[in-house]
Amino acid sequence: MSSQALPYEGLGRPIRGPRALTDDWSRFWHLTYNIARNEFKLKFFGSVLGYLWQLMRPLLLFGVLYVFFVLVFKVDKGKGAAGHYYGVQLLGSIVLFTFFAEATAGAVRSVVDRENLVRKIQFPRMVIPLSIVLLAMFNLGLNLIVVMIFALISGVTPMLSWLELPLIVAMLTLFATGVAMLLSALFVNFRDIQPIWDVFSQIMFYSSPVIIPVETVHEKLLHGALHHLLYHIYMLNPLAVVFQQFRHAMVNHATLSAGQAIGSWTAVLEPLALVLAVFALGFWVFNRTAPMVAENL
Amino acid sequence: MYGRLRPYGPHIAPVRSLVEGGHGTLRRMPQPFSSPPPIVADAVNKTFRVPEERTHTLKERALHPTRRTRHQSFQALNDVSFDVRQGEFFGIAGRNGSGKSTLLKCLAGIYGVDSGRIWMKGRLSPFIELGVGFNQDLAARDNVVLNGIMMGLSPREARARYDAVIDFAELREFEKLKLKNYSSGMHVRLAFSVAIQVDADILLVDEVLAVGDASFQQKCFDVFNRMRDDGRTIVFVTHDMGSLNRFCHRALLLERGSVVHLGEPHEVADRYLEINFGRDPEAAGGKAASRAGDGEARILEAWVEDQQGERQASLPQGQRITLKALVRFMVEVEDPVASLYVLNEEHVAIVVATSARESERSGRFDAGEEALFSFSFENVLAPGRYSPLFTLAHRGTGLDLMDRFEGGFSFVVTGVEAMGGLIDLPVDVSVARGPASVSREVRA
Repeated sequence: MSSQALPYEGLGRPIRGPRALTDDWSRFWHLTYNIARNEFKLKFFGSVLGYLWQLMRPLLLFGVLYVFFVLVFKVDKGKGAAGHYYGVQLLGSIVLFTFFAEATAGAVRSVVDRENLVRKIQFPRMVIPLSIVLLAMFNLGLNLIVVMIFALISGVTPMLSWLELPLIVAMLTLFATGVAMLLSALFVNFRDIQPIWDVFSQIMFYSSPVIIPVETVHEKLLHGALHHLLYHIYMLNPLAVVFQQFRHAMVNHATLSAGQAIGSWTAVLEPLALVLAVFALGFWVFNRTAPMVAENL
Repeated sequence: MYGRLRPYGPHIAPVRSLVEGGHGTLRRMPQPFSSPPPIVADAVNKTFRVPEERTHTLKERALHPTRRTRHQSFQALNDVSFDVRQGEFFGIAGRNGSGKSTLLKCLAGIYGVDSGRIWMKGRLSPFIELGVGFNQDLAARDNVVLNGIMMGLSPREARARYDAVIDFAELREFEKLKLKNYSSGMHVRLAFSVAIQVDADILLVDEVLAVGDASFQQKCFDVFNRMRDDGRTIVFVTHDMGSLNRFCHRALLLERGSVVHLGEPHEVADRYLEINFGRDPEAAGGKAASRAGDGEARILEAWVEDQQGERQASLPQGQRITLKALVRFMVEVEDPVASLYVLNEEHVAIVVATSARESERSGRFDAGEEALFSFSFENVLAPGRYSPLFTLAHRGTGLDLMDRFEGGFSFVVTGVEAMGGLIDLPVDVSVARGPASVSREVRA
């Protein structure tokens, strides 16, 4: 049918259907940024207390955990120097985890909830999950300022290793973006992704060194092949690496660094590879879903 | 940033390309004769697969791992080919579910096609519907900027055009309001204003003319006409044969995903009515547009002009208005009689006129010849909507019809001094106090 010669020359390339990405990268970025900015503005100025509500969640969680684990169970005692500034370590980890949870849980429904846009306007589909991650980053930026103020008040002295923060955040963002792409694409066809991810996210919270320091887990799983395997899996979690390195570099040098906690710095390549694998998988799945998403919603 | 999609039509370059220098001069070059049209669709097929039983969850997949979901195929577009020329106003007509919106979405790149190819040359305004992506909780400015970016402006350009958008929409005094507090009319005005500010070369428009009040509709028409004159290409989806007739140079009629007719808008309108109401055009019942008569002549087009001779959809009271009908004779006809009935919304004929009374003999017309009948009168119609009905009859009583043209379009008369009558004749009213008093005149 289309093989017959058209009466025109110089038509160039025919258009392609909807895609995840685009050739027009500046529009891509402007869209992502402005969608995230508008959402942020809504949250920030939408209610009287605005940002305070955003901060309230991690702070309340921090308050509860602090009372239970520090004042009642005293998990920071008996760790020597590593137990210093446990409160700051806890708050930092909570804030980082909140970012991860916001970015991923927010992304799950994002494409489906923007059905209106997807079905009516041609734009690179990847903008949607990325704007969710960017929005979570805005919150993370503000929350980290609060953490650092809390750290300084608690007596943490500024360190040169604070410069590692961008790297730590970059790894966490890469991981969150990969998961966000994967979940938002899967949710189009599998609507039970949402409750599944809610539970999974909880599991990740408790299986990462947020409350229980790596040092404690390390002690408990020191002996036996099975324990070694368990510990290996525990440290394969990219969140564990990110949180631990945050504690070490940002709060207290007496805690184990990510490299020390795993065994060696080359072993850190394993969770790093996992991050890249998740990112690649998420990208691939999203890219495959994007052209048909307007029809499958 | 937009270089890849730049067209090289003869139209007046938008402001931005003048700024860019080199592009501006390129764009004003006359269009080469062999230059391909901005839109070409070649044998486009689109099938939707609709699962009979939708598995929406992993649980269902896990419970029935071997069950294959059966799909029903629904062919939305079947071998659709057409092209749209530079500066053309192109209509896509069809009934609900005929595939016209699907076609528009394929052109816009929202749906991918299964087979066939589509070429779009020039910057496309990617909106199918107005106001998509508006956030109800934000004020006008944020929405205008985001919408502008969606349509391909840079944030700087979008912000720079904000004032023009707000002024065109006549919403300056409401710009601080959140969108959820806007009326639906304000909403549409804002959305339309954004859409026309993005200086796209190709506009894809889905049924936007159906919204807004008469004066805003008029504004929209003016904008579309101006864009068309600028050499923009407009593709317009509708099932209103009136606007199809009025605006489109050419049109495409879709039925069950296939092209049924491609050509003159009035031909398309006729085919559309045939498909919709069966073979007998009388069955249209005068609702949308109806034809009658022996067909020895055809009223191709009818419209209304204002005092300046411009085609208008709304006319102020008190000026001269002219209704015109363009007629083509299929056979040789002597002294045809054209009549005009201007009906108000209650279908009462307010003005009736016939060419027989003006000149006894209108002359002899050959087969294939065209003639323009004009009816001109002082606009004393009360404010409201009117639909003209033209008839064309053989010499004599005026009842031996060749063609009857009804409901093809309507126009609106605007005025502020409506007294409630069917017409508003200037009436001199005076009050006299006894024989010695001076009378005072009041114009009604």
